[in-house]
Amino acid sequence: MAFRALKEKYRSKVGEVVLGATKEQGGTRGYTITVGGESALPFLHFEGEIPNRPVVALEVRDVAPVDWHACFSRYYGDVFADPVAWAKKCVEEFAADLIVLRLEGADPDGKDASPEDCAKVVQNVLAAVECPLVVFGCGKPEKDNKVLPAVAEAAVGENLLIGVAEQENYKSLTAACMVHKHNIIAQSPIDINICKQLNILITEMNLPANRIVIDPTIAAVGYGLEYGYSIMERARNGALQGDSMLAMPMIGNVGYEVWRIKEANSSIEDFPGWGEQEPRGILWEATTAGALLQAGMNIVVMRHPKAAALVKENISELMQKTELEN
Amino acid sequence: MFIIGERINGMFKDIAQAIRDGDPRPIQEWAIKQEAGGARYLDINTGPAAKDQVKTMRWLVEKTQEVSNLPLALDSTNYDAIEAGLEICKHPAMINSVPAEWPKMERVFTMALKYNAAVIGLAMNEQGIPKDADTRVALAMELVAAADSYGLPMEDLYIDPLVLPCNVGQDHGPEVMQTLRQVKLLADPSPRTVVGLSNISQGTKNRELINRIFAAMGVANGLDAAVADACDHELIEAIATARIIMNLDIYCDSYVEIYRKQQK
Repeated sequence: MAFRALKEKYRSKVGEVVLGATKEQGGTRGYTITVGGESALPFLHFEGEIPNRPVVALEVRDVAPVDWHACFSRYYGDVFADPVAWAKKCVEEFAADLIVLRLEGADPDGKDASPEDCAKVVQNVLAAVECPLVVFGCGKPEKDNKVLPAVAEAAVGENLLIGVAEQENYKSLTAACMVHKHNIIAQSPIDINICKQLNILITEMNLPANRIVIDPTIAAVGYGLEYGYSIMERARNGALQGDSMLAMPMIGNVGYEVWRIKEANSSIEDFPGWGEQEPRGILWEATTAGALLQAGMNIVVMRHPKAAALVKENISELMQKTELEN
Repeated sequence: MFIIGERINGMFKDIAQAIRDGDPRPIQEWAIKQEAGGARYLDINTGPAAKDQVKTMRWLVEKTQEVSNLPLALDSTNYDAIEAGLEICKHPAMINSVPAEWPKMERVFTMALKYNAAVIGLAMNEQGIPKDADTRVALAMELVAAADSYGLPMEDLYIDPLVLPCNVGQDHGPEVMQTLRQVKLLADPSPRTVVGLSNISQGTKNRELINRIFAAMGVANGLDAAVADACDHELIEAIATARIIMNLDIYCDSYVEIYRKQQK
């Protein structure tokens, strides 16, 4: 008797979010990226449609990072001081699907760049690359509430993805995304209940659900990845069973999480049994991303170009339908 | 669990009067209110007084659809009236109901397939309402087999175990709960379950309390739908909460409002 796969039938699917806008759409991007839309669990092509492949972003900062491992100098050393050249390199040389620009320079305890200066950096990066752009603030809510609305206004029409909104601080960013027509990152601290509630709060301000991307907060392999993984699993199952307040695509800061742990940074001299530092760090980052893709991550934000390349290859393989699925 | 809004029923005085007068307003007001309350279907019952059941059903369907986009559950023992309603339903409807009896099942399942409708199957036959769960389940199995033979998908078959008022038929309570659990084992995918909620409290003095406790217990035992008053806010709150406790919906602080909204 021929083998018949038992298929799960789902009521609903993950919503699609479009990032970027071309000239015809009122922006200046060379192309847009659509994430989400899957009507089955990750890569189970035989149970539903996976219309959009997950995408790989590379991280760019507006100021030269001080805490990055020396191994990154070989790739980014010549562009660390120039976010425009850095972004170009990520796209042209390292084939990033899109750029994540982190406005660390806004940090009041650091350079304390003004909202206007931050907006200018965003405009300059937009002028230099044609891919869609994700913009993060410096992570200090009080300052981000000034910086991110200025960015949203300066980049009107570009359909950016801007983050982050949190349960205790979502109103000003939501309003800015509403007025200037951008997408928002809704971040919750590894908590499915807050994740859902925050999406409700944002949609109650009339930002449509198809303009929200969930940041469930993830951790590196060995540092509690499984907590984020199980939250993502629950969100995906919820979405497929019709819970519209969990049916948004998801983004994860993989590079950021991996490159602050000792397993990625320690030298072989300190831990002779662990092997060479750089290939170890690359594999740690790629493995973390690979696990999260299996939980339904749609946008992985990477740091090491070689890890990004490995993940892109992994995604291409996962997007191919097997014999069973055809 | 979802609500089939019960209020458009000729048994209610205001609806009976509206049917007599040909006045659509009370019907449309209730349709709007039940939808706002969180109903996913609207039950349409001509009531026993209407002289021309076919004409009345068609009129009720028309007037309801003028103000609501919800699918309808056509509630009648007159299958000509149901068919007249099905002909003009804008969305796939529900037929309420058929007992485990021939040739009634033939008529109803044939209609269901023709109009892409779901069916409520009553766990009873010519001998009346069974006393115990085993007999109810046996009749449910007859409905499952008949539905399957006509090609009705199991997700479109709603088994009603039949609820009796808790003051006179107290011994039926546990049998109904057991039936709800066992019906889920009859087929894979399993048929769904439904009850006429207000039957449980007929003739009692605590109707709303009894209704909502029964609904919560039903959710715990696998109940999928209830013909009930969607404007009973405490009932909706109880159902939303039971769904959280049974891990059917993911908790968030606004879970009651979200339950109400997501019915649409």
